[in-house]
Amino acid sequence: MNAIIHKLPERITYYEVPSLESELKSLLKNPLKEIVLDFGEVHTLDSTGAVFIQSFANRLREADKQVRFEGMSANVSHTLQLFAPIESKPASKPAKENIFVRIGDSAHQWMSYFIESLVLFADIFYWAFVAFFRKKLRRRSEVINQGVQIGVNALFIVGLIAFLIGFILALQSAAQLRLFGANIYVADLVAVAMISEMGPLITAILVAGRSGSAITAEIATMKVSEEIDALNVMGVDPLPYLIVPKLYALLIVLPLLTVFANVIGIIGGAVIGVTYLDIDLLPFFKEVISVLRYKEIFTGLVKSVTFAVIILLTATYFGFKARGGAEGVGKVTTSSVVASIFFVIVADSILGLIFYFGGPSF
Amino acid sequence: MTSKALIKVENLTGGYNETVILKDVSFEVYEGEILVILGTSGCGKTTLLKHLIGLLYPFSGKIYLLGHDLLSLPEKKAMILMRKIGVLFQNGALLNSITVADNVAIPYEQHTNLKTDLINQLVRLKLKLVGLPHAAELLPSELSGGMRKRAALARAIALDPPILFADEPAAGLDPVTAASLDRLLLDLRKLLGMTLVVVTHELTSIKRIADRILFLDKGRIAFLGTMEQAMASESEPVKKFFNP
Ligand SMILES: Nc1ncnc2c1ncn2[C@@H]1O[C@H](COP(=O)(O)OP(=O)(O)O)[C@@H](O)[C@H]1O
Ligand SMILES: [Mg+2]
Repeated sequence: MNAIIHKLPERITYYEVPSLESELKSLLKNPLKEIVLDFGEVHTLDSTGAVFIQSFANRLREADKQVRFEGMSANVSHTLQLFAPIESKPASKPAKENIFVRIGDSAHQWMSYFIESLVLFADIFYWAFVAFFRKKLRRRSEVINQGVQIGVNALFIVGLIAFLIGFILALQSAAQLRLFGANIYVADLVAVAMISEMGPLITAILVAGRSGSAITAEIATMKVSEEIDALNVMGVDPLPYLIVPKLYALLIVLPLLTVFANVIGIIGGAVIGVTYLDIDLLPFFKEVISVLRYKEIFTGLVKSVTFAVIILLTATYFGFKARGGAEGVGKVTTSSVVASIFFVIVADSILGLIFYFGGPSF
Repeated sequence: MTSKALIKVENLTGGYNETVILKDVSFEVYEGEILVILGTSGCGKTTLLKHLIGLLYPFSGKIYLLGHDLLSLPEKKAMILMRKIGVLFQNGALLNSITVADNVAIPYEQHTNLKTDLINQLVRLKLKLVGLPHAAELLPSELSGGMRKRAALARAIALDPPILFADEPAAGLDPVTAASLDRLLLDLRKLLGMTLVVVTHELTSIKRIADRILFLDKGRIAFLGTMEQAMASESEPVKKFFNP
């Protein structure tokens, strides 16, 4: 007989399998076609051992060998039966698709994210519009409540950061302006920079971090704890009920916070102007007012309204995407803040370009 | 019985912080037997299991697991001992942030040097054995209570532990699934020589699997013996349980 007889060890458990595997590998290379696995001495066989032996036997068969098991006790053969590996080719190894398919898939994925968020956008605005006219949907106290949470509670941090930004802007440019004896232009610089750029941007970033994350976490928690389902079952659409008041609140509060940030930022600049550049307060503010055209103010306003919509939309979108338990909430909240800040900055750049090149001139 | 005792409890009094739940409990569990723990809800069954696996420290008494004195074992040795024990918690205790398959893979990944391929096969097999062949890629929160229990059982039996503790494995299961779960427990005992300590209330299930029954009442052992002895027992709470 031209058969290899391989005696298996007494114990085949998860502990012995790794070394047994390297031992058995030689069988794959052996030219003889017939292989006998001798179970005569096996007395301890666990599920890992059973699965390993049988899937190894299958590998041998795939390599065109004939495999027989011999000398099995009733117990061993029953164990092999109970722990027979599942031999549909596993989904565990997803075949690597070629690069174009993968790019196509991910583009497709992004497209569907984009469409989902467009639909959400349209829905929210539809409800925002309807809620304006339907008394039942108007939740004025909720708007005020949200407004306070988003706005009033952010006053201190927004003010502090705006002050520092105005202060730093003035300080950084002071040295250069001084060289040319152009001290007074520090007022122009700070005012234009704050109102058309820094004010809206930092306010939006802070609100995205504070309130965007809170909105995402709130919706995500409601989603994973099936509260959203409960609302739906009661026939209450979560969009007008939960989201629209927040939209109103943000649309009112973010521009107001931005104006506040602008004023404080300019005051920050004034501190440098007065103490370091020897400008008096009155000329400083006269200069500020003379340099501001409607265009800057309009730019700032358009930006902050756009940012408000972006923050709300991103927060809502990620909130509804939550799945799993508490950690699902954490995940979407982080993604939401990052995405929200990213989109705010992208929108800021686009609006900046539009107003710089095209834009209405007043 | 001549077989050796794998678990030995001597005069165990225990509970939480100040509250005494278990009072002077003593019993042994023999190698290869299935001991069913019975009792009305709140009588201390889960608390007893928590003592046996070292999650709670008793006020007094001794516990021997696989010949080791559990209470005086240094932490490292206790950790190694714990690998020989499978535990199915009453609420499943799956990690919620990872899939069912990843949950079942934890013991293999932490305690063996097996290849990923083999681990995947083992995980799928164990999930099939507990009747969840299609749940591998779901998150625990996407399963029903009974399914979560069974996924947790698959994780508990991953390494074929010599001792398996199962807290109400059949709760919330339909009769068909419950029966196949019982068959699995019997197979594990027969083929791998597993010793099982099972908390359950299902009378049909008790009849199918129990070698002996331990009946807890208000933290004390009201009865310990076979099913026939239990049916004939004079103890009030036991009588009430079988003839409510
Ligand atoms: N973590 C805990 N702290 C204090 N008391 C507890 C705790 N868990 C359970 N108990 C109490 O211990 C008693 C027994 O509970 P348990 O062992 O869970 O009962 P069961 O037999 O239903 O499994 C109950 O009275 C319960 O209120
Ligand atoms: Mg319990």
